[in-house]
Amino acid sequence: MTATLTQTRAPIAGPRTFTRPGLVRLTGIELRKMADTRAGLWLMIATALISVAIVVIQLFAADPPEQTFVNMFQTTLFPVAVLLPVLGILSVTSEWTQRTALTTFALTPQRQRIVVAKALASVVLGLLALVPSLAFAAIGNAIAGALDPAAGSWSFGGLLLGYAALFNVVNVLFGLAFGMLFMNSAVAIVLYFVVPTVWSLLTTMISGLKTTSEWLDLSVTSTPLFENAALTGGEWAKLAASIGLWVVLPGVVGLIRLLKREVS
Amino acid sequence: MISVTSLTKRYGAHTAVNDVSFECAPGTVTGFLGPNGAGKSTTMRMITGLTPPTAGASTVAGKPYRQLPNPSREVGVLLDASAQHPGRTGREVLTLSARTQGVDSARVDELLSLVQLAGPAAGRRVRGYSLGMRQRLGIAHAFLGDPRVLILDEPANGLDPEGIFWMRGLLRDFADRGGTVLLSSHLLREVEAVADRLVVIGGGRIVANGTKEELLAAGGVRVRALDPGTLRTALERAGFAVTAGADGALSVQAEAEQVGQVAASISAVLLELRPVDTGGLEELFLTLTAGEAKETAR
Repeated sequence: MTATLTQTRAPIAGPRTFTRPGLVRLTGIELRKMADTRAGLWLMIATALISVAIVVIQLFAADPPEQTFVNMFQTTLFPVAVLLPVLGILSVTSEWTQRTALTTFALTPQRQRIVVAKALASVVLGLLALVPSLAFAAIGNAIAGALDPAAGSWSFGGLLLGYAALFNVVNVLFGLAFGMLFMNSAVAIVLYFVVPTVWSLLTTMISGLKTTSEWLDLSVTSTPLFENAALTGGEWAKLAASIGLWVVLPGVVGLIRLLKREVS
Repeated sequence: MISVTSLTKRYGAHTAVNDVSFECAPGTVTGFLGPNGAGKSTTMRMITGLTPPTAGASTVAGKPYRQLPNPSREVGVLLDASAQHPGRTGREVLTLSARTQGVDSARVDELLSLVQLAGPAAGRRVRGYSLGMRQRLGIAHAFLGDPRVLILDEPANGLDPEGIFWMRGLLRDFADRGGTVLLSSHLLREVEAVADRLVVIGGGRIVANGTKEELLAAGGVRVRALDPGTLRTALERAGFAVTAGADGALSVQAEAEQVGQVAASISAVLLELRPVDTGGLEELFLTLTAGEAKETAR
């Protein structure tokens, strides 16, 4: 083994200067870290498979006039909305649960830069997720059109695509924020599924909380994103309010925790 | 170059690290010794900016760690070989780090073969690695950025004897070419073969700090007599510092001849008389840390 010792280069004398890694590079690495584990890879594969299944179901179950590109595209967004945020959660929590934070923050001691990189990676992931959705919807719609002349409308607008992009990005950031808040994979994933559902149930069941639901239930306030019309000012305000509660608030509290927490 | 000044870490009423100061110079290997829970890892995490100190400061390569623009190019760090995502392959772990640091990807293969993880092992997930393999991966990771300073926490844990021997050679070679090494261990024998300097910590405090020779010389001689009590009294009357070992042997801060003279003067029957070699440092280590442990327990 002594023969290989020469492979560690001699420390060079004199000062050397180094530049810190840029945010683009860090974002790329965070994206890669979302996909390079079995958990991450299979979450993505599962999301894609469920999206395909939903398109196939519509080919059999939906009325031919309902079999349109827009409908197929929008329904594929729901498995994405449920499963992709888990990647956002794991992006933060696995650093603590698997203790890789020890390496991550030794490589990049400015923790806020890692948080920004993870947030940017979540945005990119949300946008990238549109591609398979569009592809599956296109294939499904082409088949539908070939099978029945009443089906297969291709009408589609940039507005819908923009809203879908926003929907995906908000959902992944929602997961990231929950991950930062709880810093534990199991806890964050369970609460991510349970808390918004219980909140929706409570606010819809209790009549006194109806206004609360209109403003602070993300599943309610994001519904207008799927209607083929521009959001009104009031709808934007409600959407922003619920994003504030579910994404910004846990994100900020989580950021403070993450910056202060001792890595061990 | 590592410089630690009065580092202190308190957790509530418990002081994990208490006013720790030492320096590691280029070209040397510093062994950071202490029993488990003595504060070695906490000190190392403070040096690498992962744990905020309650008081005190430290610099690596002239700057506080967190102010180094690309720390891994200057300081190779291995704090816990087990702290890796089990679902990533060994190669992936190094690749992620190489990309972050901006190191050429060819360096990943170079280091995988250096630590003998090239080939199929590199493509296996860390979940399937033995502790020794994780330790090798961690060593490869520390060397990846071609740093001039190494901070390694218990790197010999889980390595087989051949691996420990190999690692010593690697660190000795690194220091001989001008590198600075700080490596911790709770086993004296693991570091005494490679370290130039020793910093001994017990109960969060530095209890000994010096070159290996200085600390070794402090060991004196070891003597066993048929009647150790009488010999001890005679040696102490002659002005030598004596400590009793567990097996009835005495450690004396004196030359073998001086002890022999004292023994002859009282016609003591000696069973053993020799300079304490490696065991002396071990006794020193045990005494120092045991004393400190008692102090903290009180």
